[in-house]
Amino acid sequence: MELFTEIIVTILETVRDVLPIAIIVFGVQIFVLRKPIPNLNRTLLGFVYVLIGLALFLVGLEKALFPLGKVMAEQLTNPEFIYQGIGEDLRHALDTVRWQDYKWVYIFAFAIGFATTIAEPSLIAVAIKANEVSAGTISVWGLRVAVGLGVAIGIALGTFRIVTGTPLHYYIIVGYIIVVIQTAFAPRLIIALAYDSGGVTTSTVTVPLVAALGLGLASTVPGRSPLLDGFGLIAFASLFPMITVMGYAQVSEWWTTRKQTDRAPENSEK
Amino acid sequence: MLSKLSLLLKPLLQSFRDLAPIIIVVAFFQLAVLQQPIPNVNDILLGTLLVAIGLALFIRGLEIGLFPIGESLAYSFARKGSLFWLLSFAFALGFGTTVAEPALIAVADEAAQVAAEGNIIAESEEAMESYALGLRLTVALSVGIAILVGVIRIIKGWPIHYLIISGYVGVVIMTGFAPNEIVGIAYDSGGVTTSTITVPLVTALGVGLASSIKGRNPMIDGFGLIAFASLTPMIFVMGYGMLF
Repeated sequence: MELFTEIIVTILETVRDVLPIAIIVFGVQIFVLRKPIPNLNRTLLGFVYVLIGLALFLVGLEKALFPLGKVMAEQLTNPEFIYQGIGEDLRHALDTVRWQDYKWVYIFAFAIGFATTIAEPSLIAVAIKANEVSAGTISVWGLRVAVGLGVAIGIALGTFRIVTGTPLHYYIIVGYIIVVIQTAFAPRLIIALAYDSGGVTTSTVTVPLVAALGLGLASTVPGRSPLLDGFGLIAFASLFPMITVMGYAQVSEWWTTRKQTDRAPENSEK
Repeated sequence: MLSKLSLLLKPLLQSFRDLAPIIIVVAFFQLAVLQQPIPNVNDILLGTLLVAIGLALFIRGLEIGLFPIGESLAYSFARKGSLFWLLSFAFALGFGTTVAEPALIAVADEAAQVAAEGNIIAESEEAMESYALGLRLTVALSVGIAILVGVIRIIKGWPIHYLIISGYVGVVIMTGFAPNEIVGIAYDSGGVTTSTITVPLVTALGVGLASSIKGRNPMIDGFGLIAFASLTPMIFVMGYGMLF
């Protein structure tokens, strides 16, 4: 019963979030374009599916993943876990933070970044669209795995940055330079999609977990302030997918030209 | 009957496949690394089932609702040829979907706290609230402008990388001048603006426009709206931080 009210409340909240979008979309269609909406019933049913689906998704995450994920993020960043196996006397002798001690944090960051991105609904949406538009050249799973790897690398590197306390903008600027260089060499068809994949990765599933990890880390590592160092993980997670998606296209292009050199001109036309 | 059942089960199985990596990662770290039992197993099983059903419904809804309406809007605009309304729509969509975005509200409140602790604004409830609201409006404005510019780009067929790279140059220059406290928040605000419902709609709009305008390639020109929407907030938020 309690679950039922929770679902209803979340559906109402989702409706409130979607309402401005629905008003704009339907308003423009009716008053500006003055055209009836094609398959009105089907479209409305689609909106209802999206609303209920998103609400169930959020309630489920709150019930299952978020509490456990947040506790795990806290435990993994807890000094007691980090320094287990290191002698008490030695621990006090260490004034400075040794980044090696946080290896499980990096591994967790990598794994959870990848796993949550694979389940990210907006990435699934973009991947379906890209597959459709590219007439199957870009596979839904290929794109999702490429983006997932990008987020994984980004968040792992982001936790390393929080532990070491190096300034955020150095990493971001170097990342930008890599993106610019890759843009010059990557196949033209992938560029816009690669840029887009930076923005879609971080939403419903990834942000709350990643934020918990960043906050936990910034408040337990000596010398870090959660307010100053806790931010930035999302920026990493939006930067690296661009690099991996362009990389994915470069590798698969190289693969196809190597496999079917005679059919290459036909492929590049698409 | 059997085909109906498989129609129901197939998307559900797909969502479980989508969720499998999370389940594996969480189980591995909890049991093997932290060596602790999994708490509230019932809640977790129920929650996972809800997530799976929700994901399956959402994707079905995308296919029959959000994608078609985004595309049909794009086609109608392209046929009608009313640039003014298309651009107003683009701006309204960007602004309207961002201003109420829950993730943005959370980030704006945190930013206000950082600003108060850094003595940038007075440490009163009122000052913090108005700072957070100003920040939200700034981000929403920047997303509105981003979608607007992105739509102009699709119409004109400008190559995306020139615009994005100039945007990066803008971010780098602003980083040099913006107060240190705001930089992390500004970088993050780029990522939080694009919600689960905005992304499919905006993507369908871009791809629809690019496929209905002659000489545009949906793959090259259709994507990229989201990229703009994640870039401009960084510049605008740093600008906001410099003004206050």
